[in-house]
Amino acid sequence: MAKYKLDKSVKYAKTHEWVRIEDGVAVIGVSDYAQDALSDVVYVDLPEVGDTVTAGKQAATVESVKAAEDVYAPVSGEVIEVNTALEDTPEIINERPYDAWFFKVRPTDALEQELAALMEPEAYDKYVEELE
Amino acid sequence: MLQRTPLYEIHVALGGRMVEFAGFELPVQYPTGPTAEHHAVRAAAGLFDIDHMGQFELAGPDVVEFLQQIQVWDVEQMAEGDAHYSLLCYEDGTVVDDIFLYRLSGRWLMVVNAANRAKDWAWIEHHLGRYDVALIERSDDLAMLALQGPKAEQILQKLTDYPLHTVATRTAIETQIGGLHVIAGRTGYTGEDGFELYAPVDHVIDFWNQLLEAGKEEGLLPCGLAARDSLRFEACLPLYGHELSAKINPLEARLGWTISWSKPFIGRDALLKVRLEKPERLLVGLEMIDKAVPREGYPVAVDGKVIGHVTSGMKSPTLGKFLAMAYVPAEHSAIGAKVDVIVRGEPKQAVVVKRPFYKPRYK
Repeated sequence: MAKYKLDKSVKYAKTHEWVRIEDGVAVIGVSDYAQDALSDVVYVDLPEVGDTVTAGKQAATVESVKAAEDVYAPVSGEVIEVNTALEDTPEIINERPYDAWFFKVRPTDALEQELAALMEPEAYDKYVEELE
Repeated sequence: MLQRTPLYEIHVALGGRMVEFAGFELPVQYPTGPTAEHHAVRAAAGLFDIDHMGQFELAGPDVVEFLQQIQVWDVEQMAEGDAHYSLLCYEDGTVVDDIFLYRLSGRWLMVVNAANRAKDWAWIEHHLGRYDVALIERSDDLAMLALQGPKAEQILQKLTDYPLHTVATRTAIETQIGGLHVIAGRTGYTGEDGFELYAPVDHVIDFWNQLLEAGKEEGLLPCGLAARDSLRFEACLPLYGHELSAKINPLEARLGWTISWSKPFIGRDALLKVRLEKPERLLVGLEMIDKAVPREGYPVAVDGKVIGHVTSGMKSPTLGKFLAMAYVPAEHSAIGAKVDVIVRGEPKQAVVVKRPFYKPRYK
């Protein structure tokens, strides 16, 4: 995937979200492929702290110059923090997609199972290549 | 089968993201991204391939009389070298297309929307009747580019001896630019000063490259359809299929200023009636109070009742606000009126604001 940056420390969903586990908390964002496909991001509609998100279900919306796209939670749990920096500077999603996290989730007991359903970086790399 | 402009390969080489638009494959953006392209046009200059637009030439003894009949502006007011925005209307007053007219030496050039080219041609031909007018399709031999932005004159001047500061807004010249015979109109669709250029199609690749090279120092960027749309949106310039259609009349669209009532034209009777009775709905500018991106087709509601729809909307790159244009009943059209835009099922507050959102900066 010469065209897109790949973060080797995260796992990827087919719907192009990434999740990184930091001290037992799931940090969630969208991939470099996703931000490129979106074009310039202008707004992000984030969940609220305390909301429950479910793996595979819509949790946020990202609005670009092109369209509004759903962001799906790659894992289930309770939202414990949202990235308020995205409200005023959504362009960081385009600039640094693996730093520009959307929200953090305290995962459930299903975490291991949910993570197993996601793709390792190498698999996601191939997956995106086939989409091209 | 999608059509390509002669610059297709150039766009691909520049990294343009090609999309379908009005039957053509055109760049929606280049790698710099639509926001950077938008800002380049407001601050410096942008170059657009708009060769998908159609050009019809009209000439002959009855051309003025014929033009008076088929479009709303009084062309007798136009001297050679003048250019003007106008509309073709149906009998019922709704809009066939919005057009640009240039009065050139011994002939007229009518620039039409790509999506309406065949429809306009058929409609004009249908009305030719007994008029002694030659209608000539020039879309395939004239390539159309737009060089827009406050630095446009400075850039274009590098390629011609013609004193461009003498070319007023909404006038056109025919001269040598970059070694080619070019029609250059001080016109555009961005709300900035600039030129629309009509060059021989066989030389347009060379012309495009000369322009990009000439504008390097000034920060000229090639711009795609997304920037073209956000620029025209901020200036509240209508886009056919959005703010205009065969179901909308010019008075609803706030284009009454284009109509010369003192002469006959197709649609005049119907429009006169609308003018006397006042339009029931009007195009308004909306600014979101609640943060949300209003998009085409989203319902506009008051007290939970849908009263209209968004025709265009986005986050304005220049103003940083979430803005929309929408048709609403006249009683909800006053500046300051509160409405809701329904965004994914949720009412989001908005207020009617003055149009245009961005005041054009013409020379």
